[in-house]
Parts: sequence; C-alpha cells; structure tokens
Amino acid sequence: MTRWPPILAGVAALLLWQGAVWASGVPAYLVPGPLAIVRAFLDAPALLLGSLLSTLVVTFTALAVSTGLGVGLAVAITASRWARAAIQPWAVALQVTPVVAIAPLIIAWVGDPFTALVACATIVAFFPIFSNTAIGLASPPGELLDLFRLNGAGRWATLRLLRLPAALPYFLAGLRISGGLALVGAVVAEFVAGAGGFASGLAYRILESGYRLQIPRMFAALVLLSAAGIAINAVLGAAGTWLLRRRGEA
Amino acid sequence: MSLLRIARVGRRFATGTEALRDASLEIAAGDFVALLGPSGCGKSTLLRLIAGLDAPDSGFLAWGDGAPAPGEIGFVFQDATLLPWATAAENVFLPLRLRGMAWAAARAEVDAALARVGLAGFAGARPRELSGGMRMRVSIARALVGRPRLLLMDEPFAALDEFTRHALQDDMLALWRDARCTVVFVTHSIYEASFLARRIVVMTPRPGRIACEIASPLPPAPAARFSPEYAALVGRVSGVLRAEMA
Repeated sequence: MTRWPPILAGVAALLLWQGAVWASGVPAYLVPGPLAIVRAFLDAPALLLGSLLSTLVVTFTALAVSTGLGVGLAVAITASRWARAAIQPWAVALQVTPVVAIAPLIIAWVGDPFTALVACATIVAFFPIFSNTAIGLASPPGELLDLFRLNGAGRWATLRLLRLPAALPYFLAGLRISGGLALVGAVVAEFVAGAGGFASGLAYRILESGYRLQIPRMFAALVLLSAAGIAINAVLGAAGTWLLRRRGEA
Repeated sequence: MSLLRIARVGRRFATGTEALRDASLEIAAGDFVALLGPSGCGKSTLLRLIAGLDAPDSGFLAWGDGAPAPGEIGFVFQDATLLPWATAAENVFLPLRLRGMAWAAARAEVDAALARVGLAGFAGARPRELSGGMRMRVSIARALVGRPRLLLMDEPFAALDEFTRHALQDDMLALWRDARCTVVFVTHSIYEASFLARRIVVMTPRPGRIACEIASPLPPAPAARFSPEYAALVGRVSGVLRAEMA
C-alpha cells in the first residue's frame, strides 16, 4: 500500500509541530500550532470560505479564458506559418515576464478589479495550454496526413478529424499544469491588488491577517489555498484520465 | 490496357540527393508489381509519385482513365498508422467519411472490408487492443474499402514477425485474386517480392533507377512458397540484384 505512508508522515509532522509549540511555549503570533489554526478557521469559516470562493472564481475564469485563448492560438499557429511567426515570440515573451512585475500595471490600466485579476491569472496560466496544444496539433505522423490528403480532406476536416483529437492528451496535460498556475496567478494578482484595497480573495485575507497579527488565521487561509491547489490538480488529472480511458487510450 | 504509364520520371530532393532517374514503368489493370531494392533506391519515392503525394522534376505520369480522384488510390504504410482513439470500424470508415459518406451508407462496405481481411468480429476493437498483425489488417481494410483503382503498399509487412508476415502474405495473394485490384508493392525482401508479385521490378540506388524486370512463373497461391520454382526464382532475383549492385 502506497496510500498510507504520506498520510502517516503528515499526521506525525502535525503531532510533532503541535508538541513543539506546546513544549516551547512560543506565542501564537509567531508560530501557531495546528490546533490554533483549526480554531482560527472555525472562528470565521464564512469569511475564509467566502474568500476562497472569490479566489476560485478568478482562478476558473482565468482557466477558461486560457483554454479558449490557448487552443485558439495553437490552432492559428498550426494553420498558418504567418500566424506562427507573429504569435510565437510574443507568447514566449509574455510567459517569461514575471507576473508580479506587470500586475500593478494591469491593475492600474484595467478599471474593473475582477477583470484585472483574471487578466493577471490568465497571463500565468495561458502558456502550458497553448504550447502543449500546439505540440499535440503537430503530432500526427506524416503518413496519416498523407492518408487524409489522398482522400481529398481539406484543412478543416484534417483539423477536426485528425489534429484536434490527436492533441487531446497533450491539451489535458497542459490544462492540469495551467490549473495550478491559474491559482498561483490569481493569488499573486490579489496580493498586488490587495495593497490597493479592493480585493476579497484569500491572498487579501493573508495580507490582512498579517497586518493585524492574526497569524493563526493567516495560516488557515494558507492551508485553504494549498488544499484548493491540490484539489484542482487532482480533479483535472482525474477528468483527463477518465476522458482518455473513454477513448480507449489510457 | 494500361492503367498507368510512368515515363522517364526523375526526382531530385532539395538536399541534392537524386532519388530517382529516368524511371519508366507501365502498369496494367490487375497487375501485382513489386518494386524491389535496397534502401535509398528510390522505390518509396516512386510510390509517392504514383500516389500524387510528390511531383516529379522530369518526365511524367499518364493515367489511362484520367488522373485518380480522391480515394481512388489506397495506400498502406509500413506502420498501420491507425487513429488510436477510433475503433477498427471507425478507422476503416475514415476514407469514406473524408469523401463525405454517412456512416449509415458506408456501414455495409466497412463490414465487408473488415471481413475480407479476417476481422469480422473486431469492428469495435481499439488499435491498442489488437496485435501488430491485426492492426496491419485494419490498415489494409482501410486501403481497400473504397475499392481503389490502385493499391500502393510501402513495405507493409516489414515490421511484423515472420509468422504474421507469412499469414498476411498468403492473405494478400487471396485478396488480390478475389478483389481483382491492382497492386504496387514496395519491399526490400527478395523472398517477399518473389512470392507475391507477378512482376518483380528491380531497382538500384545512387541514383535510384529501374535496373530490370523479372516476370514470375509462380501461381498466386500459398503453396507456391514450398515449390522448387519459388526457390529458383529467389535465386534468379538474387543473382540479378548482385549483378546490378556490383
């Protein structure tokens, strides 16, 4: 059984952590124990879960936009050498620019805070979907492309019946990576925006708790954040496996 | 009457390799022609020129009944190259679908094509559930399903084990006899060319050209594999190849 070791190790670490906090008598505003963190969550569950929801809405909106944009641009660069030359370098430029550095600009330029957060998260999440899908669209072997040509298939039929289905496993792998990145992007943007004072996401709770020295609540928000990331990864992974298995490929 | 006349065809790639020089060949309806030669002799290039997937730099191809329309050429590659997400039936349906046929109209033809290659019970199987030989059979059914004027095969059995290869060669002969199709078959195996083809066209490399042609005296039947005539033909083809390569 490989299910139990990580759980046991986690429980042991929590016990050690709580024990160390008790034994040393370190104040909760420096290092809160796991029990204090749970208590902080139970003190304000609606507040924290509301913030989680706010962050998740930004995350999934950004993921949806990234999917549309990533797949659309991947199809464009596969279809046309011009589009490839025009798009590829800028996509890479966007990918290597740290979002923390451009988030203040975006937040200043885009009036609507929700749109600004989604834009930042999309910049971070877009690239894996885009580049993976592009690789997948180019993955069919030359023989299959020849077969389509021999039977008079045009670009559209080749895209629909060959390139897009062939790209599905690549796209799903990209989507899984982008899911985690969208959350990271949303949180980074919230941190930057939080300083401006119009956000309500988990990152804002972390900042706020920090200012007020409510360190257990800060940790509770952090735990929610990483749980959300793990859940997104697991759900997207399972959905991908299910889809591929249904096609008889996994 | 001539199905296809290939006249002094040449092809030089951008890399400078002269893949084919002055190749001339006439193919009649009902022929089974093997293009035999070592790697780099231009046999696959010639096949791609016939398919219209590539164009010659010199010479021309003249079709007896006009250039083939989409789907009138069946092509079998060295790998089965099936769509991994589609069932055997969907893979065989693909050429008909690309020509705008609906599944309901194509169904009988797809089933017949699968039955012809001995896969009647495997319509719903995915490629990964099939053995290498069965995948190749699906690939052959896919090439035959539109009743093509010409069936082109590029070393289709080279990647199979010997038992499977023999079984598929026997079946190929039966298919050719019963379906009355015209086959151009590329191979680097002297045994395969001698057993299958009615006409063995020997090619030599650098530059790729057609050296000579040998007519097979064998009957198109599996039993021919064990006849002294087969052994004699293999010996004769080997001798010609050795002389041409020297």
